Amino acid sequence: MSATTAPPVPVTQGRTVERGPSGGVLNRRRGKVATIIMLVLAIVWLFPLLWALYNSFRSYSYTQTNGYLSFGGWTTENYSNAWSRGNFGLHLKNSLLITIPAVVITLFLSSLVAFVLARFSYRFNLTLLGVFLAANLLPPQALLIPVFRMFREIPLPTFMSESGTMLNSFWALILVNTAFQMGFCTFVLSNYMKTLPYEIYESAEMDGAGIWRQYWQLTMPLVRPALAALATLQVTWVYNEFFWATVLISRGNKLPVTSALNNLRGQFFADTNLVAAGSIIVALPVLIVFFVLQKQFVSGLTLGSTKG
Amino acid sequence: MATRTAGKPSTRRVEKRRSTRERLIIATMIGIPTLLVVWLVWLPAIASFLLSFTRWNGFKLSSIEWVGVQNYKDITTIYPPFWPAIQHNVIWLVFLFVFPTILGMLLAVVLDHEMWGSRFYQTAFYLPVVLSMALVGFIWQLFYSTDQGLINEVFGSKVDWYGDPSVNLWAVLVATAWRHTGYIMLIYLAGLKGIDASLREAAAVDGASEVKTFFHVIFPVMRPINLIVLVIVVIESLRAFDLVWIINKGRNGLELISALVSQNVIGEATRYGFGSALAVIMMIISSVFITIYLRIVFREERR
Repeated sequence: MSATTAPPVPVTQGRTVERGPSGGVLNRRRGKVATIIMLVLAIVWLFPLLWALYNSFRSYSYTQTNGYLSFGGWTTENYSNAWSRGNFGLHLKNSLLITIPAVVITLFLSSLVAFVLARFSYRFNLTLLGVFLAANLLPPQALLIPVFRMFREIPLPTFMSESGTMLNSFWALILVNTAFQMGFCTFVLSNYMKTLPYEIYESAEMDGAGIWRQYWQLTMPLVRPALAALATLQVTWVYNEFFWATVLISRGNKLPVTSALNNLRGQFFADTNLVAAGSIIVALPVLIVFFVLQKQFVSGLTLGSTKG
Repeated sequence: MATRTAGKPSTRRVEKRRSTRERLIIATMIGIPTLLVVWLVWLPAIASFLLSFTRWNGFKLSSIEWVGVQNYKDITTIYPPFWPAIQHNVIWLVFLFVFPTILGMLLAVVLDHEMWGSRFYQTAFYLPVVLSMALVGFIWQLFYSTDQGLINEVFGSKVDWYGDPSVNLWAVLVATAWRHTGYIMLIYLAGLKGIDASLREAAAVDGASEVKTFFHVIFPVMRPINLIVLVIVVIESLRAFDLVWIINKGRNGLELISALVSQNVIGEATRYGFGSALAVIMMIISSVFITIYLRIVFREERR
């Protein structure tokens, strides 16, 4: 959305994630045609990344003399070059320091709300859900001015922020990301929690377990699959977040890696192979997350759609 | 949902004997997250709205000056980038609908069948979804660069795809489509898998063709998904920002409302009142669609 967040998809026709194809088998001839079209399209779709990967290993001088439609000129220099010139070590560390706390806090706070929404049926339940969900969908640019101005006024001790204010601090980004992502997580988690049998809470009450224990020791372990899926999704979203980091952080050395791309473009402009290497470096963390936790990722996106 | 309805009477019974301490815990559980979201989303939304009727350079609070609807008047009459921005946002929206959304839906419909390599195709299509828009812009530089880009090299042209205001919007839209298609596909795949198989079987027994089945049986059943996709696409096109900002900060053929708001805050001139009015225009458009969205969600919730 800003292309980084996605609203949940509230569709409730049955459980979906684990099911295989539902459209049945295509007849033979159609099946062949479809397979070929899909194969071609899939290759077209992969091409930009493969092209980046390919050129990231080729030297500038070779591609300059032989053109880009050539084969050869292998080198790994682009990577070391991009790494040092783009200061990726620092920016990746910044991204890590923002993403991990933001995801942990988001999941914690939204699980609290989700628990209350699922466990009790208060009259304000829907309103509360609306407050969180709508926040998830508002264009962040619409809130920029007050948030920006407010953060400039909020002092932080220097051990928390070198600039002395919320602006230019990781705290600002952690809080903003949390506030914006809670809607999606609350929605998904509360739907998931609603599928838990209500009897477990009744027997917990009998045993004298308080609300906190019902939340922490009973519910949380049971919603671990949903938490895992959401964590995967949130890590990629917060890592990919561009807008808030761009406007709230003006000190180059504080930028997370996605927003740092903005400055790098000027520096790398003259050498596309360097751009390629830089792109691969930035893409690598999310690609690893994606390939290792692909199932989590996909089920996370469609979790909102299934109620369980 | 069945368990939930069954549990309802006992909820009430339990409710009555909850101690003050327990009530306090519940209040805190929803209170803290709510405070955060009110502080960072809802109060700023209200503040944007109020500021849009003022003139303010962003310094002292006392320098805020009430100007009524002057900002809105200026935006629509004497602010050159506004109408191009609106036009670009609309083009963005229409483009996303016509190409990636329909393609994403078609891909989902086809890939929902048992097919050799279906898994691989799906992965290929939604791989770009995990990348940030900013990074997508960076990667497509390899195609669009004037003297080192693949497109110009293959066609022997000399077009500055990201810079030339007559083409750059389209170049950006193609890159956006690369990422957007897989996302739509994923949503429809999830939706299609949720459709009752007996519906299809019934249609097949009646002798309906695949195409007919889709248009007369499947598509109508997917109404909620279609609506959600509509909302997503509208909101996406309104929020579009990252790609144009990374290219030229939203100027020279790439004006978008989101970029204009940002230019008025972190650009050379800080015109908070004016920027807020632009922000409010965004908010009003999006709130229409957020309302549609919430209505769908809540209808599902109540079921």
